[in-house]
Amino acid sequence: MKIAIRGGHLIDPANALDAPLDLYLAEGRVAAVGKAPDGFHADRGIDARGRVVCPGLIDLRARLREPGEADRADIASETRAAAAGGVTTLCCPPDTDPVMDTPAVATLVQRRAQAAGSARVLPVGALTRGLEGRQLSEMGALAEAGCVALGDGGRPTADNRVQRRAFEYAATFGLLCMTQPQDPQLTAGGCAHDGTVATRLGLPGIPESAETLALARDLALAEETGVRLHFNGLSSARGVRLLGRGRYDNPRVTADVAIHQLHLDEHALEGFDPNCHVLPPLRTGADRDALRNALAQGHIAAICSDHQPHDRDAKTAPFPDTAPGISALETLLPLTLALVDLGLLTLAQGIERLTLGPARVLDLPYGRLDPGRSADICIFDPERRWTLRPTDLLSHGHNTPFIGRELRGRVTHTLLAGRLVYEESKP
Amino acid sequence: MTPFGPIQRDPEGRLRHFLSIEGLDRALLTRILDLAEGFAGVGERLIKKVPLCRGHTVANLFFETSTRTRTTFELAAKRLSADVLNLNIGASATAKGETLLDTLRNLEAMQCDLFVVRHQASGTAHFLAQHSAPGVRIVNAGDGRHAHPTQAMLDMFTIRRHRGGFADLRVAIVGDILHSRVARSQIHALNVLGAREVRVVGPRTLIPTEAAAALGVRVFHDLAAGLDGVDVVIMLRLQRERMAGALLPSEREYYQRWGLTPERLAAVGEGALVMHPGPINRGVEMASEVADGPQSVILEQVRLGIAVRMAVIALLLGYDEAGP
Repeated sequence: MKIAIRGGHLIDPANALDAPLDLYLAEGRVAAVGKAPDGFHADRGIDARGRVVCPGLIDLRARLREPGEADRADIASETRAAAAGGVTTLCCPPDTDPVMDTPAVATLVQRRAQAAGSARVLPVGALTRGLEGRQLSEMGALAEAGCVALGDGGRPTADNRVQRRAFEYAATFGLLCMTQPQDPQLTAGGCAHDGTVATRLGLPGIPESAETLALARDLALAEETGVRLHFNGLSSARGVRLLGRGRYDNPRVTADVAIHQLHLDEHALEGFDPNCHVLPPLRTGADRDALRNALAQGHIAAICSDHQPHDRDAKTAPFPDTAPGISALETLLPLTLALVDLGLLTLAQGIERLTLGPARVLDLPYGRLDPGRSADICIFDPERRWTLRPTDLLSHGHNTPFIGRELRGRVTHTLLAGRLVYEESKP
Repeated sequence: MTPFGPIQRDPEGRLRHFLSIEGLDRALLTRILDLAEGFAGVGERLIKKVPLCRGHTVANLFFETSTRTRTTFELAAKRLSADVLNLNIGASATAKGETLLDTLRNLEAMQCDLFVVRHQASGTAHFLAQHSAPGVRIVNAGDGRHAHPTQAMLDMFTIRRHRGGFADLRVAIVGDILHSRVARSQIHALNVLGAREVRVVGPRTLIPTEAAAALGVRVFHDLAAGLDGVDVVIMLRLQRERMAGALLPSEREYYQRWGLTPERLAAVGEGALVMHPGPINRGVEMASEVADGPQSVILEQVRLGIAVRMAVIALLLGYDEAGP
């Protein structure tokens, strides 16, 4: 199968391309950029006039709810949502049920994803058995079964000694560790940033130190053990400052931020909107600005969706009793473009944080369009303005505070290894 | 700024739910106090009943135990001639896995008009108001740490009866502000009604982050300084769990630093009112001599609570103009 994508504006940060260029794909790979190879006869042409053509997005954190919570969502539904959002590769955190601490679970997830065929799913293995923070998981076997990293799945290891040994053991295999900086004791019982809004609403607070303590610990342990460390989901200005210092000492440390943290702050909780119940919590406007700056400066390498689909019941309760998380795969790109509109990033930088940036964190061969690479492509109409409605979402989770928001940019085609996995239906 | 206005009032400005003092204006709070004044006489009559809410059904939905609040709501509804349903939730539906919303829907199906709700999660009353059928009224009888607006209004009623108004008042609220829905509602009410100064007094572990900015209060950690020159002292109940939670070392130390003793009250002055939302821990928040002394209006608060709750129920069920 040979495909020609013609007339689009190509953005490929890895090769510093940001120009009107055609793209030619053959046998699931990029064949050429700009000029067709000799004798190239396209089986199919995609008219990309007025569109941006870029590498398929890479999402470092998206919950698919399978295995374990298939009543909420499943791999088929959520990878379809990923494709509709332009995401071709995503990492599935290990807090599945059962926990991703055996090769069997990692294999199951990959097989289901392959059968569904909409997106490449890379499992993140559990750092400790059952994510209980007591015993090490079989990291060697997990890596062999396709786990691209080991993580705590948002259930941080409380025991410092276990964390240190987990890092040491992971370093034995040269494996990346992903942790969510969140001290379990300082987080316990909290559901909102410990600030003015939580004080007024009487919501139990989570202090900033829940993040900074965990960051400081894992930075110290990473430096000592030599493990490659990646932080999931920063939320505070002091956390950003600590990350900067950590990266000065140990430049291999990386971090991501959830897209909602770049748009919302604690005031979104006014009125007890359960769709704004997230962990780590939305903090102050100053925290949000610090996250934006760190992203613009490249201290934060990647924007992730932190996709957490929930059924209606999980969000139909008083705020503290609701499940945290936002269904976010399908708004990742337009909300990133909104940051471009705010002047924080150029379009090419925005795309970099969604493609090459996360690819570098995981040392993946994706997220770039040099000839010979997998033809993972996202094509979007950057000028399309649309208002998000629940019926737009392919994800089984409709839990997003961005319903009703006017967005710019809509994915029209997504290709995974040269195969069209999403095409916008003609209106 | 505040989202509580629109949900609590209909487009004509009438009270639709009573969830939080936040979002309500001085005119409305004053109307409640004026109505309560009219109802205060009902309890003194031989027949303690007015037929204002005959045919209405008030459901007391308490997910946390309460004696005083539940019984005063019950009496208030009965004195308005409404039918009252008391639900012991711990022993019934939610124990069987029924969700909060299912409980509400079932009671709505039984044609209950007004729900008095207490729940351990902040935002519960707001949540139920958002999901209730049109015409159903929700009264917040305490949600987590968030709000307890009828308690605040009965405190305001007590203060107004003794002081005539709020304009020149300095009020100190002493104790566990962090976990107190009563304090949050009192602070909003005092600020809306125009009190000159609202102070909170307590150790840093019991004063919420950014209390001054978030709530509009002056923060004191020293009791003597915090009480200097105040007209009203409101003491809050200290829960025993606070010691286990490492928020305080001991009841003894708390009493030594922040307990209201006769000597400390004497330093404030003979004119100062002493209030407490109850139930009192004698010898922890205050000395018995203070609780039972001439400056204490604690039992009066309980009595006036019935009139205030009558006023709120009557207002919500549409008897504003009729008056008592």
